[in-house]
Amino acid sequence: MIWQLDLAILTLVVIAGIGAITVKDLLGAAILFGAYSFMMCLLWSIMGAVDVSFTEASVGAGVSTVFFVAAVFRTTRRTKD
Amino acid sequence: MTILGLIIVLSTGALLIYATVDFPAWADPASPASLHLSPHFIERTMEETSVPNIVTAVLADYRGYDTMYETTVIFSAGVACFILLRILLREEPGESLYRHVLTGVTIRVKEGAKIPPSADFERIDTLWAPHDLIIKTMCRLLIPFIQLFALYVIAHGHHSPGGGFQGGVILGASIILLAISHDLRTSVQRMREKVDALLSATGVFIYAGTGALCLLLGLNFLDYSALASVLHVDPVTARSHGILIVEIGVGIAVMATMIWIYSNVSSTGKYDEGL
Repeated sequence: MIWQLDLAILTLVVIAGIGAITVKDLLGAAILFGAYSFMMCLLWSIMGAVDVSFTEASVGAGVSTVFFVAAVFRTTRRTKD
Repeated sequence: MTILGLIIVLSTGALLIYATVDFPAWADPASPASLHLSPHFIERTMEETSVPNIVTAVLADYRGYDTMYETTVIFSAGVACFILLRILLREEPGESLYRHVLTGVTIRVKEGAKIPPSADFERIDTLWAPHDLIIKTMCRLLIPFIQLFALYVIAHGHHSPGGGFQGGVILGASIILLAISHDLRTSVQRMREKVDALLSATGVFIYAGTGALCLLLGLNFLDYSALASVLHVDPVTARSHGILIVEIGVGIAVMATMIWIYSNVSSTGKYDEGL
């Protein structure tokens, strides 16, 4: 485990997570959430949990982002609050 | 109210962070979890199940109940999306758009009117219908390889990271990619709604049925060594084969549910036009 890499990815996780809940554009939030999932996936594989990382990459970053985009496509891109 | 909420969230977060101090250090060999269970799995998995990937053996064999109900949760999510979103009432079709394939001219067909069926015209979505040959061709080329990789992930879960969940999601994603690159009707033609619903129930049934078969053969529920007499192998290999059967069930259920949820969400339950 390289701690510099770990720290960089953790920072990106926090940035993507805070960005996903503060950004007004819901499509942007969906993409940020996908980025968050990818960073988490990297973090899992750094910690040696390859199976979890694989699931995170396919479910979290792949399919759920598509679901969010589909939901945004059918509803609205702007949040009310 | 906002300030009160912020205070509650911040104090809960601070408490949670404070609680992590009590956690055992990362990969601490003296932590309670590493003292009793982990050594057993690490030392005995190979001789008990003949599966090299311990994670797969733990997920599908030692903690079979957990994975079975995870599959059931995914199936329930699909059913919930279906019940919430699907519109089964037949609405009057509004105006629809058709594209002349050779010239790219789009024509608008008014309510109730129909054009004679011909190969020259293709129906396109009214909301969003990009026409991109490069994307369509690339996705058409990629999808078989994605599906092959998904089958590899399911079948090779014994030896490498992967298994039913990941493989099923990738299989479902390949059909969703078809829906995104072409349109929803193209993907629904290949995976009809009834097929989705039937397959997602079949996957759970395969899992629970394997468990029930073990019960019928005289051992505990989901104790795959009971399958030895059916598969004509020794009990250890039978556990390995049982894991494979169960993973295939999980893969089928997850694949069908992902496509089912996507079709319902992207077409708001109408199944005609979608992302």
